[in-house]
Parts: sequence; structure tokens; C-alpha cells
Amino acid sequence: MSNDPFQSWEDPQATPLIRFENVTKRFGDFTAVDNLTLDIYEKEFFALLGASGCGKTTLMRMLAGFEQPTEGRIILGGQDIAPIPVNKRDINMMFQSYALFPHLTVADNIAFGLKRSDMPASEIAGRVEEMLKMVQLSQFAKRKPHQISGGQRQRVALARSLAKNPKVLLLDEPLAALDKKLRQETQFELMDIQEKLGTTFMIVTHDQEEAMTVASRVAVMNAGIIKQIATPDAIYERPNSTYVADFIGEVNLITGKIASGTEKSCKIAWEGGTITAQPREKLAKGTEVRFAIRPEKVAISAKKPAATNAVQGKVHDIAYLGNISTYHVQTETGQIIKAQLANAQRLSRRSFTWEDSVWLSWTDTAGIVLTE
Amino acid sequence: MKRFTLFNATSLTLGFAFLYVPILILIVYSFNSSRLVTVWAGFSTKWYGTLFNNEQFLDAALVTLKVGLASSCIATVLGTIAALVMVRGGKFKGRTLFSGMIYAPLVMPEVITGLSLLLLFIAIGIDRGVLTIVLAHATFSMCYVSVVVSSRLVSFDESLEEAALDLGCTPFDAFKSVTLPIIAPAVISGWLLAFTLSLDDLVIASFTTGPSATTLPIKIYSAVRLGVSPEINALSTLLIGAVTIGVVAASLATKRAAVHRKRQEEMARQAEG
Amino acid sequence: MRRALVISIPYLWLIALFLIPFGIVLKISLSDPQVSIPPYTPHFDLSAGWAGIKDFFSKLDFENFIWLTEDDLYWKAYLSSLRIAFISTILTLMVGFPIAYSMAQAPTEWQPTLMMLIILPFWTSFLIRVYAWMGILSSEGFLNQFLMWTGLISAPLQIINTDWAVFIAIVYTYLPFMVLPIYATLEKLDPSYTEAALDLGCTRSQAFWSVTIPLSKSGVIAGCFLVFIPVVGEFVIPSLLGGSKTLMIGKVLWDEFFSNRDWPVASAVAVVLLLILIIPIVLFQKQQERAQEADT
Repeated sequence: MSNDPFQSWEDPQATPLIRFENVTKRFGDFTAVDNLTLDIYEKEFFALLGASGCGKTTLMRMLAGFEQPTEGRIILGGQDIAPIPVNKRDINMMFQSYALFPHLTVADNIAFGLKRSDMPASEIAGRVEEMLKMVQLSQFAKRKPHQISGGQRQRVALARSLAKNPKVLLLDEPLAALDKKLRQETQFELMDIQEKLGTTFMIVTHDQEEAMTVASRVAVMNAGIIKQIATPDAIYERPNSTYVADFIGEVNLITGKIASGTEKSCKIAWEGGTITAQPREKLAKGTEVRFAIRPEKVAISAKKPAATNAVQGKVHDIAYLGNISTYHVQTETGQIIKAQLANAQRLSRRSFTWEDSVWLSWTDTAGIVLTE
Repeated sequence: MKRFTLFNATSLTLGFAFLYVPILILIVYSFNSSRLVTVWAGFSTKWYGTLFNNEQFLDAALVTLKVGLASSCIATVLGTIAALVMVRGGKFKGRTLFSGMIYAPLVMPEVITGLSLLLLFIAIGIDRGVLTIVLAHATFSMCYVSVVVSSRLVSFDESLEEAALDLGCTPFDAFKSVTLPIIAPAVISGWLLAFTLSLDDLVIASFTTGPSATTLPIKIYSAVRLGVSPEINALSTLLIGAVTIGVVAASLATKRAAVHRKRQEEMARQAEG
Repeated sequence: MRRALVISIPYLWLIALFLIPFGIVLKISLSDPQVSIPPYTPHFDLSAGWAGIKDFFSKLDFENFIWLTEDDLYWKAYLSSLRIAFISTILTLMVGFPIAYSMAQAPTEWQPTLMMLIILPFWTSFLIRVYAWMGILSSEGFLNQFLMWTGLISAPLQIINTDWAVFIAIVYTYLPFMVLPIYATLEKLDPSYTEAALDLGCTRSQAFWSVTIPLSKSGVIAGCFLVFIPVVGEFVIPSLLGGSKTLMIGKVLWDEFFSNRDWPVASAVAVVLLLILIIPIVLFQKQQERAQEADT
């Protein structure tokens, strides 16, 4: 999203709205969040992405006020929020289960927080109506949560948590309960609403597609620490570690050693030959590295191509996914390298089939060299 | 965000004190050497001695055990079938009446149940005694068994039974070899409940019994109407002791089984990855 | 066919030993007392044919019910039973709710033990648990000894043989029936409801009153029914702990039957008691069915 109107994180003058400062959270012996520092800026749509148990939910719950950090500080708008109890924080949360109160109507659910704010009673009805309109549920105001569909419940939860116009909205796996089609539609709705309101959104998810779609920046978390924070395209194209490369999308990982290299270019020796690639920095000869390349950047051909990097192998397996096919090619040394081809033609006219001898090739800028 | 506050701790402490202090006092005073039950006069087990020499109590205990065993077994069979009908029976004529007859005895005042059964037994001219108490107890405790078993059946995965049918079982065979072993814990606790309800019952037994059969609660009731007595304290202590040992042992066994199972699952998971 | 057979076994049993007996109670409540065995008339006699049946029905009347309205002992006993049941249900709720709530708030690993501690007294004899209070509440009992020792009172209070002794014993013996359904509802409650309420600006006590209490309604209702209905007909507690002024219909029925041997009046007392209880019983049954549907 390089054309994003706001990229505060690249502006050294900008002050972050939320700052986690060396935050650690322990539950008994277990460290859920480990000395973590993170800045989130106003109007961002920030995604915390990680497998379950990586600490992302704990991080969010500390911001909401349900947990206190064991060490470190959380600063919101320049103020340490440790002494502010959860019900006084200018932050609202949309729960994974939605937590819509089953004994209250849709309208009463949305009004719930407003009734406990300093909003005059006369204005509450209007605000509820406004929120219902925003999520297109005006005609369901009088229904109870069990009388509306899952997608509608999700929107009521969103309206309820936005009604008090919080500085930050936290979304805990907000779309996990929806089916795939509805999830994709809702992702765009969320982005629209966020853009319209300009509220800072922080979403926690384990679904990388969701994080990449909605977020302006993504933080990949593992075992209580942040592995990488970057825009979705940077996370995908320039992962900084094997963990991130492997976690996001599909990737071929080839282990080798630096044979020779400069700042601009290096040669990696692996058991199937030599790969020429562009490292991010000069790497000393003999450094153990992993070469990571996405399957869609690997070309497949019958004859040896005139590319910088080429390796021969046999088609071991073909996974047909409709729009694309992934070819699992086994090299002479036994390594499987995946290559993806768009299925521009019909299946019967596919150029390669099982056991065919093929060449895989890629340019020197197609992959990246990882040392972690 | 659960929080166990001082208020919670206080409520639990006071609540459990309220439940257990009276029982503790009862037990302590069964070892009192004085006949006066509110004045402590030194430790003694003499009331247990007099109790064991009281043949009336022993006879009553024997009758109670007989009634309890017979009625709880009948109640368990009938109650389990009733639970199956309630959960799996689908729609049938008179379902509302059936579920009414299952739930109503749970809350029906015992005096009414007792009186109505007595009038039935007289109308059909049956001799009142052990048999009539057994019939009466089996009837009201089958409803308890049915409630316990159906709460387990509700969460029973019916595809297990379907798999058994698919693999060639007859419906009865599938029930016997798949469903029954899985719901067995509920059936056993249903039986235990029926058994204790029968041991416990005073009102219904008083109505439905004849001169030939006196159960322990009837005996105890006629004794305590005259006031507190140390023999009754001793008898109560024995009964409380038996029940406590039974319940604690049963719950420890369930807990052990659960821990064991968890450990095995843990080992299987480690073996896998 | 087989299904019909399976259904019919418990069905017929309950009809024979639960439903028909009520029919008999109803019939006898319309009969007249007589010094004979059995001590009522008319008897049902099929040998006399149709005329016999007609004769039988013509002799049934509402005399016993009229008697119940004329002698103020009965309606006073009904009212007093309802009053005692109502007050003791409220008291049990007040004692039981904090316990159930605290159990649900307790660490998960304690909960099976706490459950067992609540259920354990339920397994021990009801009669014994009532008996235990006889020693505690008597004028030279432990409660009075304790209160005099603390100096709160100077002379023993008369507790036994009053309504208060009945209330205490009802709360004590019926407490598990109140605690368990409430605990079951609270324990199932998704903790994110409370969190959402806090997140939306509630204080802890506001969250408790506006979310936890309404959502535990079904457990509270079930608990109240489970206490109220049987207590209306309670016999053992008023007979052992109540005084001569503690009128309860269960005791009246028992005395009518065993002491006065007036079976028709005893049956009429039972029929009226059942009519009074039929509304709460049907409500309770409906509520149970709804709860079971919600679970499946």
C-alpha cells in the first residue's frame, strides 16, 4: 500500500498514538509477551499476526486493560495508562465471540456503553440510530442477538464497540466465525468504515490473508516477540527471517553457504549447485544462509533457459488449484522445489505432466538471502 | 477476566461453614458420654454399643437396604429407558404427558405421592410391606435417574451409534455395545442417586408400608419425635460416614480416571510431534 | 414397533403408578367418610352394571371441598404454607446466590471440589440433617449457648418450635437445589460478557447487575422452583422443628390421614394442594424443556 495517504511510521517527527515500551507479561512461569516495544500511529489499521499462543491476544488485552503488564509501560496519547481501569479507557474492543448481551436488543446493545458515558440521554437514541445506519441494520434494532445472522451479529458488535467513538478500536479475531465469502466482503467493509471514521484499528488475527488485506502495517509475532513489522507487501516480498518467510504464504527454502560475495551480489553454494542472489548486506564467505524464493517467482520450462539461476528436475506432483497449479519438482539431489504457473490454458493442454524432466529458473533479484 | 475476591472467599467460607458445622456438631456429640446432648461430659463410644444391641434398628436397617437395592435397580432400568425416550424418542403421541410425568415427581410434595400410591395399593388390594415400598420408591426415583441419564445422552455423539449400525450391529446390539458403555457413568450415578433417595425416604415409605416392614427413616423419625438422643447421633454418624466415604471415593475415582486419560492424551500428542 | 414397545414400558409404569393414583385420590376426595375398611363410600362396583356406575357417580359430591372452605384450619394452612415457602425460597436465594457466584468465580481447578462439597450433604439423609438442627436450635442448644457466650443475648431465645427454626432448616436442606442450577448457569456464562461490559464503561458492580444477574435468570428461576414447590408440601421440617402455630399443609394432610383417619378429607386436601402447585409445576416443566432445547 505504497500510495497510502498516511505513513506516519516513516516520519521521524510523528509521535505514536500508542507505544508499548519494553512490555513483558508473565503468567506464572510462562512468558506471554517478552520485552516488547512497538509504536502504533493515529489512523493506522494495524494487524498483529501470529499463530495461537504467540502472545498477540495478551498484548491486545493489556491495551484494553484486562491484563496489567508485568514490566514496562503502555502509553496512549502521551499518557501511561497503567492506572486507568478498563472501564475508563478510551479504547473499545470487539470480542471474538462478539459478547453481544443476549438479554438486550440490538439497539440496547449498541446503547449499552453510551448509557454509561457522559452523553446526555437525549442524544443516545440518535447516536444508536447513526451506528445502526452505518452497519446497515436499522430495521433489526428491536431484535435480540439470537434472531439475527452471524454476519449481522458481527456488525452489531462492531457498531457497539464504535458507538462511544473510542480513540482505538481493538478487534480480536473479528471475522473468525464467518464463512469465507462473507469474511472477504466484511474485510472490505471494515476497511471502509475505518477510513471513514479515521479511528485507529488494531486487529488480532491468525489469518495472514486477512491481515494482509485490511492492514496498513502488519506485525508478525512469535513466542512473545515481534519478528517483523512492515507493510503487507514488504512482509511478503522482503521477510527478514526464515520464520516470517515461512509463516506468510508459500516459500521454497534452500540451505547453503556463501561461496563469494559483495554488497550487491553473492553466490550461494548448495548441494544442487550455485545460486546467484542479491543480499541485503555483504556476507562473509562461509556464512550459513537460507535462500528463500516464492513459488510464483520460479519459472518452469522444458529446455534449459538462459537465466541466471537454473536447476533441472522431474515433476513429482502437481497440485491443481483452479486459477494456478503448483508443480513440485524434485531435483537430482532430492530437494523439492515448488513452482507456480497460472492456468491460462485449459487443463488438457497443460505443458508438463508427472515424471516430465523440466528446468526451473529464476533471476538474481527474485529471491532473498536470509541469515536468521 | 475472572477475579476471586474477598467477597467470594467470605461467601464460600460462610456457606460451607453453614453446611458442615451442624453435621460436625452432630458427629462430635455422638461421642459424648452424657445422655444430655448439649453438655459435653467426656469421650465415649458407648452409644455405638447400645446402637448395635438394638435389634429394632438392625432389622429396620436390613429392610431399608433390601428396599434400596431392589428399587434402585428397577429405577435405573426404567429411568434409562425413559431418558432414551425423552432424548431420542422424537415426536410421539402423548410426549408432553410423558415428560410431565417425568418432571412432576421431582418436585411433587412427598405427602401427595405417598397418599396417592397408598390409595392405589388399597384399591387393588395388595398387601402393604416391602413390595409396595419398592414399587413406590422405584417410581419416583426412576424420574431422577432419567434426568441424570438424559443430561448425558444430550451430549452423546449419535454418529457413534450410527457407525455401529453401519458396521453391522442391530439397534439393540449397538445400544448395548456402544451407547451403554459410554453413558455408563451417568447410569451408575443415577443408580447411586436412586439408592440414596430410597435409603433417605421417610414420607412415602410411611404411607406405603404396612405393619410388617419398618424402614430406618421411619424408625429414626419415631425416635427423634421424642427429642434428641445420643443413639440417633451415633446412628447418624455411621450413615454420614458411609455416604461420605462412598461419595469421596467415587469422585476420586472419576478424577483419577480423568487425570489418567489426560496423561495418555498428552503422551500420544508428544509421540506424534 | 420396537420403538413403540420401548416407549410403552416406562410410559405404562408411570401411568399405572403415577397418573392412576391421582385419579384415585380425586375420586376419594369426592367420597364420604365411613367407619369401615376402606374408610370411605361409595365403592366402585362393576357387577351392578350401568346402574351401578350411575349410582356411583351420583354419590360423589364436593362435600369435602366445602368442608375445607368452612373450617378455617385448612385455608389458613394453605396460606401459611405458601407464605413459608415463599419466604424460605427468598432466603435460600439470598444465601445460595453468593455461594453459586463465588463458586463460578473460583479458580477452575477448585471447582470440582467445591461442587462435591455442595452435593455431599444432599447425599446424606434429609431426616438426619433436619435432626441436626434440633440440637442446635433448642433453648439450651448450641446457638443459644454461643449467643449467650458472646453476650449478644442474656436469656435463651425461643427458636425451636417457631417459624424461624423452619426457615433455617429449609434454607439448610434445600440449599443445594438453589446453588446447583445457578452455578451451572453462571459457570457456562462466557466471561467475555463481563469483559465487554467493563470495556463499554461499566464498573464491576454495574457489570454484575446489568449483565451477570440478567444472564443468570434461568438458573435463578429453576432454583426457586426446585425449592418453592416441594417446600409447600413439606412435612418433616415443620413436624420436627415447627411449633404448634407453624401451620403447614403437609403436616395437616399427614395428621388428617394418620390421626383422624379421614381419608376423603385428606384426599381433598391433597387435590387442592395439587391444584395450587399445578401452575408452578407446569411453569417449571416448560422451563426445563426450554433449557434442554437450548442445550441441544
